[in-house]
Amino acid sequence: MPLLDVRDLSVVFQRKGTRPVTAVDGVSFTVEPGQTVGLVGESGCGKSVTSLAIMGLLPRRGNRVGGEVRFDGTDLLTLRPRDLRDRRGRDIGMIFQDPLSSLNPVIPLGLQVAEVLERHQGRSRQAALREARGLLDAVGIPDPARRLKEFPHQLSGGMRQRALIAIALACKPRLLIADEPTTALDVTIQAQILTLLKDLVDRSGTALMMITHDLGVVAGLCDTVNVLYAGKVVERAGRHDLFADPRHPYTHGLLQSVPRLDADRGGRLHQIRGSVSDNIPWPEGCAFAPRCDRVNDACIGETVPLAPTHRGGALRCTNPVPQEVSA
Amino acid sequence: MSGTGGIATLAEHKRRRIDELTARTAEAGGVSLLRDAGRRLLRNPTAVVGAVIILLFLVIAVFAPLVAPHDPVQRFPELTRDLTVDAIPGASAGHPLGSDPLGRDFASRMIYGARQTLFVGVLATLIGLLSGVLLGAVAGAAGGWVDVLIMRITDVLLALPSLLLAITLVALASRSTQWTVIIAVAVVNVPIFARLLRGAMLAQRESDHVLAARALGVKRRDIVLRHMLPNSLTAVIVQATLTFAVAILDAAALSFLGLGDPDINRAEWGLMLGVDGVRYFEVRPELAYFPALAIIAVALGFTLLGESMREALDPKNRR
Repeated sequence: MPLLDVRDLSVVFQRKGTRPVTAVDGVSFTVEPGQTVGLVGESGCGKSVTSLAIMGLLPRRGNRVGGEVRFDGTDLLTLRPRDLRDRRGRDIGMIFQDPLSSLNPVIPLGLQVAEVLERHQGRSRQAALREARGLLDAVGIPDPARRLKEFPHQLSGGMRQRALIAIALACKPRLLIADEPTTALDVTIQAQILTLLKDLVDRSGTALMMITHDLGVVAGLCDTVNVLYAGKVVERAGRHDLFADPRHPYTHGLLQSVPRLDADRGGRLHQIRGSVSDNIPWPEGCAFAPRCDRVNDACIGETVPLAPTHRGGALRCTNPVPQEVSA
Repeated sequence: MSGTGGIATLAEHKRRRIDELTARTAEAGGVSLLRDAGRRLLRNPTAVVGAVIILLFLVIAVFAPLVAPHDPVQRFPELTRDLTVDAIPGASAGHPLGSDPLGRDFASRMIYGARQTLFVGVLATLIGLLSGVLLGAVAGAAGGWVDVLIMRITDVLLALPSLLLAITLVALASRSTQWTVIIAVAVVNVPIFARLLRGAMLAQRESDHVLAARALGVKRRDIVLRHMLPNSLTAVIVQATLTFAVAILDAAALSFLGLGDPDINRAEWGLMLGVDGVRYFEVRPELAYFPALAIIAVALGFTLLGESMREALDPKNRR
């Protein structure tokens, strides 16, 4: 049984007097225990909304959430708020994009780490602080005893993200959701944080759901990748399959757009024409059609289903990029 | 030659720059939010002037029995002996500011007045602050109809001019004591604190660190008390300092109008100004000048400090 089984998840935002906006449109994917799964797509494709919906963190009003989110067999969407709160932070940890604003600015770091231990493991303040020291040490924060007493603004960006990882993993959750954890950091720190994350999840057997727009992160970390476009999964494949042989024109375009060190000098970088706002609504065809080089009549007019592929993934395209024939 | 010289200066410049940066980082290390704000306050002359004024009056108020030459209610028969409207004794040995029309030492009454004024100001502000914070926190944390109800009540209170509201409240009491004044002035300030705190709480509710805390399963009570409230207090702290000034002025105004404590023995600047100051203004204007100046000075002190605190605690000014 998969650890996390998201089935047909949909999120519709609606305010009185405005047209409803479908941010997530029938997204399904699974995360097996100990596996690392990527959720990739550009800004506005519904990555973060998916993660917030899974955690039940969307605002109470102004949206409708449909489908199922089965965690270890229980549907999180139908859980009472109180029971869901008990699971957050204990069974599922989460780290966010901006490490500075994700930490409480007026509380010393130690208490923020201790808080989650007191909450879920019933530790006393003293015991929790002692454990917090070990946790900070484990995520590579030097001189943890001193750092415990410091405030978030006194730490560097990398250290703050390390601290957030320590907090998220404090109760040894079975799933960690990382929502663009390295976007706000320098490239060098990004690499350190990714290595740390990989190391920690490998060692503890925690499953990781990695939300990112950075294909480099995916390449280095994920076992399976889900590519999202306009609120739907357009392609799912194992990491190697996806990078070696992308089938969806969108995935193909994304990979073509990554600058390469071994490419000819002076060659122009490939780009996907148009912008994400050019999409047509899904029920009337493929949302990517206006930007697609391989568009044909079948792409417009009817919904394109997500069909399983022989290599164990899935694809939503009527005219996929042909498989490369290996020489 | 000039080339090497340029390189040398460049290297020197870089080294100096690095030293500067390390010094600044070292300085920033171990400095908490409040201490940082405090340091900026000390560098601001306006804040220092305000603080010195407040401190001066505070010392006088606390040590009134030691500072005052006489008991403020003790009457000196030799000073009242020839008391007529145009012959209130001025300064004399042992009585630096002379006496009031009842023959009480005026300097001592001014000094004890500081005690009374600060007592009323502090209590009125504290009561207003605590009730306002409580209401604002409940409104901001609960939302929904609770929020609507509390906010409509504050709207009604804010719709009335503050002094008029205070006068109405005092008039409602059957017998005026200093507590009626304190409560009236406090109530006037409750809606201001409540609104301020509610606004800050609403902003906090949408903040990333509150979302992060929710993602950790932190209980709602703890989210409100540990994450939303402490981050919302800055605006309220500044407002409280400014409210001291308003509270002192309001309390003095109520006494001036004769709506305060009717006890004639109580040394209170507003009362001194309103009764003797007005009645004997043409013969002994000092009886009006001194209480009026004292009220202005204390209010000014709190305003100066409050304004500089607003600047110092503004996160946009952090360097």
